Amino acid sequence: MNYYLQILTVIMINSILAVSLNLITGYTGQLSLGHATFMGLGAYAATLFTLKLHFPFLAALIAGALVAAFFGFIIGVPTLRLKGDYLAIATLGFGEITKNILMNLKITGGPMGLRGIPKVTNVYIAAVALFLVIFSLNRIMNSRVGKSFIAIREDELAAEAMGINTTQFKILAFIIGAFYAGLAGGLYAFLFRYINPKDFGFMKSIEILCMVVLGGMGNTYGAVLGAFIITILPELLRSVSPVIAQYRMVFYGLLLVIMMIVRPQGIMSAQALEKKKYKSSLEKGGL
Amino acid sequence: MDLEMFFEQLINGLTLGSTYSLIALGYTMVYGILELINFAHSEIYMVGAFVGLAMVTVYKLPFAVALVAGMLGSCLLGIIIEKAAYKPLRKANRIAPLISAIGVSIFLQNAALMIAGPQARSFPSGLNIRTLSVGSVHISTLQLLILVISIVLMVGLQFLIQNTKLGQAMRATAQDKEVAQLMGIKIDSIITFTFAIGSALGGAAGVLVGVYFDSVDPTMGFFPGLKGFVAAVLGGIGNIPGAMLGGLILGLVEMIGAVYMSRYKDAIAFAVLIIILLVKPTGLLGRNVQEKV
Repeated sequence: MNYYLQILTVIMINSILAVSLNLITGYTGQLSLGHATFMGLGAYAATLFTLKLHFPFLAALIAGALVAAFFGFIIGVPTLRLKGDYLAIATLGFGEITKNILMNLKITGGPMGLRGIPKVTNVYIAAVALFLVIFSLNRIMNSRVGKSFIAIREDELAAEAMGINTTQFKILAFIIGAFYAGLAGGLYAFLFRYINPKDFGFMKSIEILCMVVLGGMGNTYGAVLGAFIITILPELLRSVSPVIAQYRMVFYGLLLVIMMIVRPQGIMSAQALEKKKYKSSLEKGGL
Repeated sequence: MDLEMFFEQLINGLTLGSTYSLIALGYTMVYGILELINFAHSEIYMVGAFVGLAMVTVYKLPFAVALVAGMLGSCLLGIIIEKAAYKPLRKANRIAPLISAIGVSIFLQNAALMIAGPQARSFPSGLNIRTLSVGSVHISTLQLLILVISIVLMVGLQFLIQNTKLGQAMRATAQDKEVAQLMGIKIDSIITFTFAIGSALGGAAGVLVGVYFDSVDPTMGFFPGLKGFVAAVLGGIGNIPGAMLGGLILGLVEMIGAVYMSRYKDAIAFAVLIIILLVKPTGLLGRNVQEKV
């Protein structure tokens, strides 16, 4: 595949990841530091369904996403009872445990990962997937469910007083987010044809978080913009100097700090319940 | 597991656990005052180890000087981080400082990778390490030294917090910032001081672990940092004796667990964390706090 088309495909996969984390962190207000875990679970599941059970591409993709969603449920039920920073650490912990298990299981190829995955993902498939994800997400966000997500972000106690079962909706946000992330993981596996546990570690989770924070927490198109910038930046930097591209994480770190101090709402700011009347809590600097 | 092995793992666990305790103290002190998980603490620990290493290898200074220098270096870094990345966000909501802290952590770790390179360096402490044998149980003098230094630091901290005016001001600030301010306490300097002390303890842990495992590298802070946090939560976050207890328990659980499932050694701490959060989120010694509207 052409170099530019390849980058475009990666941008779209990263956009799905950013959009799905944005659902959990931006819209519902639950900071997750383990989003790459769901991507990894989706990638591994889709790959294994293909290599071992000879599923066709689309079936493997959806099966992978469902596996990720299932783990979203399993991980979400205990952790979403926790609040704020505890949740962040618990998701991080689950991410590390999952990585540790993937590193040691025989069926996942241990630290060597899995290779020999057929190359199916191309720019069209990624574009269709991204379109479907954004379309379905917009439908969700315009429904009662989506309004409940935002209500939980703005004030969990008030949302509960309004009769929203906050735990149930938080778990639902987690499941949907994990499903999309698993889908992105499957696309990733069928693009690069090789996966290993390190691809889906803490640093990838942080990269996805950077996309969401940069673009604007609580704004789907902001997340896409963030994914675009974060994906293309190292490529641009590489043409300036390979050393800078290699140490792009230094830049990500600075970016997170500066964004939080200068413009905590990101490039595009959040969609609030009533745009004109209320300022979203995100615009006041965080959740 | 026979009895000798059990005793050896007990000593290993206590040694490792005491370093977790030192790290946990930094988390717990900052959390007690700002309700912030100082994610950069693991990098403060790493920088402490590097400063100590530089003292020993570049300036050929004795280990005691390296330990103090590591503590001072970490202390300074902690103060800078507080001023640069957290203070501007004091009024913001809770997620903003947390993301800022993650940013600082990523920045420092990768800056260290850029400057020092990814390879691990050995830590020639110049200490005369012997192995003591009690029956068939072997204990190295280095382990005893680490335990003694950790205990001295922790007792010192406890004294500072319980028996001095400064400690009283810290406790007051942790309890209620506004009222403390009305009582004439300078909140900003107390917060800076808390960061300084917590970071210095983290730096000490960095030097001690660097010597213990004879290895220092830019990513060395990641797991100990997380485990220090787990220890703080285990003991009850914001609670100082709790952090000490949590560190020791975590070290023991990890070392004894490692006998049975060595490949999953790093996962044990997280499993402990998740169980604690589910069963008793306030930790072993923590108090239950009702959410305020």
